[in-house]
Amino acid sequence: MCLGIPGQIIAITDAARLLALADVSGVRREISVACVSDRPVAKLVGEWVLIHVGFAMAVIDADEAARTLDTLRALGETQEALDAMTDSARALAL
Amino acid sequence: MKYVSEFRDPAAAQGVLSAIARAADAIGATRGNPVHIMEICGGHTHAIFRYGLDRMVHDGIEFIHGPGCPVCVLPMRRVDECIQIARHPRVILTTFGDAMRVPGTRTSLMQAKAEGCDIRVVYSPLDAVELARRNPTRDVVFFGLGFETTTPSTALSIQQAARDGLTNFSVFCNHITVPPPIKALLDDPHMELDGFVGPGHVSMVIGIHPYDFIARDYGKPLVVAGFEPLDILQSVLMVLDQICDGRAEIENQYARVVPEHGNKVSLAAIDDVYETRPSFEWRGLGEIDASGLRIRSKYAAFDAEEKFGIGYATAREPQAEAEGCACGAVMTGRIKPPQCPQFGKGCTPEMPLGALMVSSEGACAAYWQFGRARITEPAA
Repeated sequence: MCLGIPGQIIAITDAARLLALADVSGVRREISVACVSDRPVAKLVGEWVLIHVGFAMAVIDADEAARTLDTLRALGETQEALDAMTDSARALAL
Repeated sequence: MKYVSEFRDPAAAQGVLSAIARAADAIGATRGNPVHIMEICGGHTHAIFRYGLDRMVHDGIEFIHGPGCPVCVLPMRRVDECIQIARHPRVILTTFGDAMRVPGTRTSLMQAKAEGCDIRVVYSPLDAVELARRNPTRDVVFFGLGFETTTPSTALSIQQAARDGLTNFSVFCNHITVPPPIKALLDDPHMELDGFVGPGHVSMVIGIHPYDFIARDYGKPLVVAGFEPLDILQSVLMVLDQICDGRAEIENQYARVVPEHGNKVSLAAIDDVYETRPSFEWRGLGEIDASGLRIRSKYAAFDAEEKFGIGYATAREPQAEAEGCACGAVMTGRIKPPQCPQFGKGCTPEMPLGALMVSSEGACAAYWQFGRARITEPAA
């Protein structure tokens, strides 16, 4: 919950609400880009961001993203975050 | 040094470990008279155990594991109040998965769910807002907890719900802030702290200046650190260098992610939605002044405490921990997890008695997962 996970922005899905589709280690989900909207949101497509509970909190470079993913994997946090995303999609469907 | 091979750059790690040893010797730190460095963040605690960093560094360095795991410091009464909300038949209670097994005075959320409450684990408060949109006849409550890393997410969700005119979404706010407990620990005459490894992702939100008082008023160094094992070691070295030089400053080892002044959008959202409570209870530490947030009255319609009449104002004495549970002593570094009489006996990650055993970021759970072998080792 407290460690952010890197993801790559694939598309802006709702520019008015600052929502985007992100790819997080192969899992795609909608995230908020409100906190990194100090630049035009269209320019975020293709960027790596650090995502906390569905909110992009910082734009990071690809190398930093890869290193962070390595560390999170070693800590078992990557799987935890991906499971949480999958479970959440299920809870919404109930 | 069996773990150094796991580092991305073992040679760099070896270099930093040697520099740490030289600095520790220069300070005169020994096993019997160590330098006490507190890592505040639970993510750092987890990484220290995972990589065995505490065993790699010079034995005059002692890590004290700080109160930076929000699930671990959540008071039992708040869990009870959350269950009380969840019992309303109209309510769908949504929460991060971490909170499900935290014991209240009688039950956890997981047990309440088994007893029939509609409790759902979500990844993000955004999903709780969406759930409210899809279920207009139900009251969706989000169990908001965490430090400054998660506070912006609930603040922005409340702002969005307000803009959308949703009337069936609210947040049970248990957000807490990092600097006040550090001050409380520094004011505790029993604590021996020589420096801090500061949280990385919290600082990404708040910047590095909220820690200024630690250097200015208490003369202690703090270095904001990243999460790679090498980041943590470098930060320990930076703390030691300050001690060697007689300096006390707030430094930023994680500048590649942490901006000096934090994240402006997040800080503005937090300030718009939340205000500081006079005090908030921390499990194991008691009430700490100005350490928790509550929802401002202009967003009262989204405040579950207002909606369900479960005010923090009704709280009285802090509740005693479960019998034999020593979370408070572990959290303040007075004892190590295995010295707790319940460790691994009445309290395991499967059946936690104390909150430090619940989350992977809790010192006891980290020790259980990675450090059990150490318990049987003879003391050096």
